[in-house]
Amino acid sequence: MRGSTRHIWTLFKKDLLLEVRQQYTFYGVLLYVASTIFVLYLSMGEPEGVVWKGLFWMIQLFICVNAVAKSFLQEGRGRLLYFYSIAGARDFILSKLLFNALLMLLMSLVSLFLFMLMLGNPLSHPLSFVLLSCLGGVSLSLVFTFLAAIAARAQQSAALMAILGFPLIIPQLLLLNKASTIAFEDVLQGGLSSMIALIAALDLMIIALAVVLFPFLWKD
Amino acid sequence: MLRQNWWKILCVVLLIYTFVAGFLGPVPARPILNETIRNYYFHIAMWFSMMIFFIISLVYSIKYLRGNDHIFDIYALEYAKIGIVFGVLGLATGSAWAGFTWGAFWSNDPKQLGAVVALLIYLAYLVLRNSMTDVDKRARIGAVYNIFAFAMLFPTIWIIPRMVESLHPGGSGNPAINADGHIAMVFWPGALPGWTLLGVWITTLRIRLQLLSEQRLH
Repeated sequence: MRGSTRHIWTLFKKDLLLEVRQQYTFYGVLLYVASTIFVLYLSMGEPEGVVWKGLFWMIQLFICVNAVAKSFLQEGRGRLLYFYSIAGARDFILSKLLFNALLMLLMSLVSLFLFMLMLGNPLSHPLSFVLLSCLGGVSLSLVFTFLAAIAARAQQSAALMAILGFPLIIPQLLLLNKASTIAFEDVLQGGLSSMIALIAALDLMIIALAVVLFPFLWKD
Repeated sequence: MLRQNWWKILCVVLLIYTFVAGFLGPVPARPILNETIRNYYFHIAMWFSMMIFFIISLVYSIKYLRGNDHIFDIYALEYAKIGIVFGVLGLATGSAWAGFTWGAFWSNDPKQLGAVVALLIYLAYLVLRNSMTDVDKRARIGAVYNIFAFAMLFPTIWIIPRMVESLHPGGSGNPAINADGHIAMVFWPGALPGWTLLGVWITTLRIRLQLLSEQRLH
């Protein structure tokens, strides 16, 4: 168990170091976020709450596809085999999940900030929406990390990941969208805690599935 | 067992019973629904069997990952396909039903949306399989996606409609259909096993066709 934690940590650090040195994903996605939100601002100005919320989650979805796509496609075949032989498939997928979750957490906060800056601020409970967008960002990143692994194994581009992922993510996006209504209304609505519990339970299930299924994906 | 004929005869008998007793038998008079309640034997049986086929497909995908037997992959694929066919039929019968009772063929009801999402996900499964040419890889990655998709989708499909308002019976403004009396007598012993057996029959034929075409290639 301790060895496995160390493996995960080392692999995670390797991804982090690569990111810090190359600074490709971060600035690439940042540019993507900023220009998308700017285009939205130019075309919509300051939309009302429902539109704002819908746009926010859709943009989150596209950011996630772009941020996560690189995680498996960047590794060559030989390098994957190397990681697999030194660390094992489970540690590998866990480190990727962790890294992408952190990346998406950061990106969610950045895009939320830019949304508030450019599209106005219709939130009446900003803090709860910040927490919800963190949760949402992490949930999206978990699903798409696993799909990126599938797409990479199928030796396909990120396009396949989007094709597989968009239908799969709909239930979660609907849940997130419904849960985040809370931040726009002064009245406290019922069912919020059960929705958040459901999202968190789904996240745990995705992690468990990834750990169980990833080794099968990896065998050749 | 599946090579025997008795269950095929049973399937035809059950479906004849469904059609005769379903269209001619007595039904309770309910507001809004009226005679359209007979669609119960078709629409709900379609959904039920779609779920059954997707679960069978899931079981074969798990079996494939455990044993790497090529035939399980064909089973999983064909059951997913028949599930899609029944899903489309369920959507069509449901939409027609909604058109005459709710006043619109499509009304963004959570269950309608869930059904469409399920179909999209299984269509993505077919797309994923077609994107690979290597047989083993296709089988393994397909099986992994099948399990992941099922586990992601069905909890949400079973939970979300209960958390939001739905036009479906039992929800706001619509009388619940309690399947009792004559309806239960036609649905449980007749319509549900009849349609499911029909689907299994179609699938076994398709599996045999698939195996024969593979034999010819070798």
